[in-house]
Amino acid sequence: MTALPQSTEKKLGLVIDLDTCVGCHACVINCKEWNTSNYGAPLSDIDAYGAEPMGTFLNRVHSYEAKQDGKNAQTIHFPKSCLHCEDAPCVTVCPTGASYKRVEDGIVLVNEDSCIGCGLCAWACPYGARELDKAEGVMKKCTLCVDRIYNENLPEIDRTPACVRTCPAGARHFGDFADPDSNVSKLTAERGGMELMPEQGTKPVNRYLPPRPKTDVTGIGKIDILAPYLDPVPEQAGGFLGWLDKALEKI
Amino acid sequence: MPAFDQPALDTSPEVSDEIRKTTCYMCACRCGINVHMKNGKVKYIEGNRDHPVNQGVLCAKGSAGIMQHYAPSRLRAPMKRVGERGAGEFEEISWDEAFEIAESWLRPIRETNPEKLAFFTGRDQSQSLTSWWAQAYGTPNYAAHGGFCSVNMAAAGIYTMGGAFWEFGAPDWDRSKLFMIFGVAEDHDSNPIKIGLGKLKANGAKIIGVNPIRSGYNAIADEWVGITPGTDGLFILSMIHELMKAGKVDLNYLTRYTNAPFLVNEDRKSAEHGLFLRDEDGKPLVLDRATGKPIAFDTPGIKADLAGTYRHAGHTHRPVFQLMAEKYLSDEYAPDAVADRCGISADTIRRIAAELAHVAFEEEIVIDQPWTDWKGEKHAQMIGRPVAFHAMRGISAHSNGFQTCRALHVLQILLGSVEVPGGFRFKPPYPKPVEAHPKPHMGINPGKALNGPHLGFVHGPEDLLLKEDGTAARIDKAFTWENPMSSHGLMHMVISNAHAGDPYKIDTLFMYMANMAWNSSMNTNGVMDMLSDKDENGDYVIPHIIYSDAYSSEMVAFSDLILPDTTYLERHDCISLLDRPICEAEAAADSIRWPVVEPDRDVRGFQSALIQLGSRLGLPGMVNDDGSAKYQDYADYIQNHERRPGVGPLAGFRGEDGKGKGRGAPNPNQIQAYIENGGFWIDHIPDEALFFKPWNKDYQDWAVSRGIYDAPQPYVFNLYVEPIQKFRLAAQGHGDIQPPERLRKQVETTMDPLPIWWPPFEGTLVDIERFPYHALTQRPMAMYHSWGSQNAWLRQIHGANPLFVSGEIWLDTGFAEGDWAKVTSHHGTITVPVVRMDALNGKTMWTWNAIGKRSGAWALEENASETTRGFLLNYLIDELLPEKGDGQRWANSDPITGQAAWFDLRVNIEKAAAPAGNNSQPHFPAQKSPVGKGPKNVTYGDDF
Repeated sequence: MTALPQSTEKKLGLVIDLDTCVGCHACVINCKEWNTSNYGAPLSDIDAYGAEPMGTFLNRVHSYEAKQDGKNAQTIHFPKSCLHCEDAPCVTVCPTGASYKRVEDGIVLVNEDSCIGCGLCAWACPYGARELDKAEGVMKKCTLCVDRIYNENLPEIDRTPACVRTCPAGARHFGDFADPDSNVSKLTAERGGMELMPEQGTKPVNRYLPPRPKTDVTGIGKIDILAPYLDPVPEQAGGFLGWLDKALEKI
Repeated sequence: MPAFDQPALDTSPEVSDEIRKTTCYMCACRCGINVHMKNGKVKYIEGNRDHPVNQGVLCAKGSAGIMQHYAPSRLRAPMKRVGERGAGEFEEISWDEAFEIAESWLRPIRETNPEKLAFFTGRDQSQSLTSWWAQAYGTPNYAAHGGFCSVNMAAAGIYTMGGAFWEFGAPDWDRSKLFMIFGVAEDHDSNPIKIGLGKLKANGAKIIGVNPIRSGYNAIADEWVGITPGTDGLFILSMIHELMKAGKVDLNYLTRYTNAPFLVNEDRKSAEHGLFLRDEDGKPLVLDRATGKPIAFDTPGIKADLAGTYRHAGHTHRPVFQLMAEKYLSDEYAPDAVADRCGISADTIRRIAAELAHVAFEEEIVIDQPWTDWKGEKHAQMIGRPVAFHAMRGISAHSNGFQTCRALHVLQILLGSVEVPGGFRFKPPYPKPVEAHPKPHMGINPGKALNGPHLGFVHGPEDLLLKEDGTAARIDKAFTWENPMSSHGLMHMVISNAHAGDPYKIDTLFMYMANMAWNSSMNTNGVMDMLSDKDENGDYVIPHIIYSDAYSSEMVAFSDLILPDTTYLERHDCISLLDRPICEAEAAADSIRWPVVEPDRDVRGFQSALIQLGSRLGLPGMVNDDGSAKYQDYADYIQNHERRPGVGPLAGFRGEDGKGKGRGAPNPNQIQAYIENGGFWIDHIPDEALFFKPWNKDYQDWAVSRGIYDAPQPYVFNLYVEPIQKFRLAAQGHGDIQPPERLRKQVETTMDPLPIWWPPFEGTLVDIERFPYHALTQRPMAMYHSWGSQNAWLRQIHGANPLFVSGEIWLDTGFAEGDWAKVTSHHGTITVPVVRMDALNGKTMWTWNAIGKRSGAWALEENASETTRGFLLNYLIDELLPEKGDGQRWANSDPITGQAAWFDLRVNIEKAAAPAGNNSQPHFPAQKSPVGKGPKNVTYGDDF
């Protein structure tokens, strides 16, 4: 067992907008690319060109279908990485102290020097957000790009996680949930940002913005509101040409 | 319990030694990238924030560039084939030997029959060079891949409105309030579209996706219209019906900026039937509402009439708009009449039409920016209709695609939403009237250059490329009565025509970056047979094949001589205004690639090799008077070539002082200036010139100053395309140039100068009871065609492709999870794994394109998932239509442009036993890899 801090000064995390995410995997690969160097061991790819390639990724996009009676099925793209939980079971389960949550910003990290690759933390995580690297034998997880967000060798504007910087649709946002005026706190408030599986009691920091309601499900009722826009031109003398002549006169 | 003991971290590690800024080439999007170098190796690639295309973001493909650059499938040196075609047995040779072999084939035929060289480039971004080279060589047989990609979209756009989607135009993402996206390939222009969708979402705009498949962009659309494949044109024409019936069209816009008022000869017996009434100078005439008299359309100060008629020389003439009203107000296009065929309820069609009308006319945008039009009239404001549209391959890769794309542009124009705030906007060098484009040329002079550009836009039967005996001048039969307006050529017909010797035999097939022996051909197995077929003497039917590729693709194995290309990080390139530029609606821009890493193999950028081959052959423009090479390599050409005096491949930093914009003498430091500027150049359009560009005096003047035109080119949009009518007139018996009898009816019925719809051909020729379903492919956002599938990271996302089957088909067929299916078309059968998907048109199944690989290719293990579970739909698609019983075989293409009708495919599906070895069928024997296999495991980054 490893202790969690009583509280953290900041609660850094991500807001992921499911209404905007097109499932392009840009975040997945840019994360892989940044994190295969920098903090910790490389993210290996086993059987890289073979029958069953198995690589380590800190972030993956899953796609789901939602079927509802009488409505079109929906496709939802769901990016998933460590949620940097306040009550992180992956930390408390760690037998060596390798898994820990940082006091200053709440980022959950693995100290690879202490990690024995036992895998208990991956079992404890209800979100499946940790992956054991098969080449190095250590546990890998999202670091919230701790080696970017404070990095004085990067321009200030780039001190943000790689997945956020690269997201083409702007569906990913990074900030401090402890600050009610931060962009992530405001987005969460405005758009009803959701915790993932709150019943697990892990108090995840990351939030997901739900897809906005679709308008393609009823169709019928709405035509009445807009019906005047499609009234045929008046069937007066001259019909369409008569209307045309009068309409042109008004230009 | 270990005490809470937080280790000290270095949170400011050094990122890289140096950042080199160049242009991505992981797809055709051409984003700016920052390549972080460490210890001479590529450590990290990110988007360039200053770049106009991607504004800092980067997609999955771009971020996987490291794995592409260091891919084990990279070719290492020139090679000559030593085994049979298709086997993959090669010997590495020197560049000198490679050039000698190429010269020994190309020099003799140039002196006698230059058309015996067919030079076709694939997803080439250097077409202004490759076409210039082919013209200098003298063969008429040149094109790039547009014919099998999206020529319908490009040609319909240029004929209708003098510009097209993607490179030549984009939605006004910042101002649109309603956006409709039709059938897009998710890999095209992908970052700008994703950035744009993000902006629309942030601004609260509504997005309507029209696509049989609800993936990607359609997943986040506020409304998804799961249309039946091939019926988009009918849906659009039905919305036009509703809008016209309700008078919800922009009459002011139509009278000013389109040919809606042009007077058309209505006398069916006249040899001028359907043509415009013109004055002595050949200018089309309109009726002046003030006088009721005809007058040149561009006369300043007139108000053109749409409602009147005019009788001249015994013939009645009516404005185009009246012909449109007559056609589209017909009940044939009423929502109730089309709903079943489209798979969209009539109420939905009416509601979407009403939403378009509402946003266009009730939510107009006003920008307080005065501007002056081409006639000198001053306008105090810029008024916009904030509905925007985008479409790409999904609507164009059908046999009715050209007219469907035309219909979409006509809809945009009727709403007054092109080149206005909130609508669709052109990007320089567009807008450009169709008349300002070249016509196609076929003038062969052995030993000399062709008499003009190969490709272009025909304006009537006199522009077709027919020999005196009426046969095709080009090997792909472009610009013939079979497909008169084939502006991009028909790359998908080259190999089958060359194999059949129809219209003639060729000697050398020279291709670049086109995987014709695999995913880029219809009828893949047939094409592999054609490439390796021998005649009665034991010689290959296609005698010589030269191919250039950077990687060990399937096509390499079928070629005789391989010119190994570099990776995109090792090369010079220019993304040129003479070609497919990277401009934005508010700026002209171009960019370069440069070797941010030097090649460690004996490879050369294809364009450099082509220039060197050209100078060895002594091609005009490539040698000096003393016969020495004019350009050492592509970089030399980029910097010093002038297409017209003062206008060259790169528009920025011209002139000896490097200050020239668009025009100026070659600058010996130009490439260095681009490198110092982040790999690109951008020049903003003045505020008064930002909209209404085809009619905006300040835009026209700016375009001339930048070398885009040599004189202002104002024009009006063609709701009615007169050149199309000229072909129809010929088919009706008028004129000296007549179609062959077998094609007369097709030309007459399809060449309608106003958009029409017909059912996709394949569905009308097969037994629908036997083949009740549609089958499609899409490109994923995280993988590009054939040039990415070996990528170690991306193949973990798309390493195999199941067939996604609609819930309706799934239940009807009785599938269960893990099942395999036999899918049959009129042409072939495949056996593949299936997965259920409900967010899909009920009569449709689909799969990701170009994921399946042939065993042995791409340096993959022979049992890689791409070769076992991956598959191509191409085996089911023939380049010819099923027999009609008329003794002819008809191309599976659009009858106007010749675009390959990939998406017309009709199939049947049934449960099947898992094939032996769980290999999808057909499964071909492994090719021998000329580069060996990749490493077992990869741990990239462990030396940083």
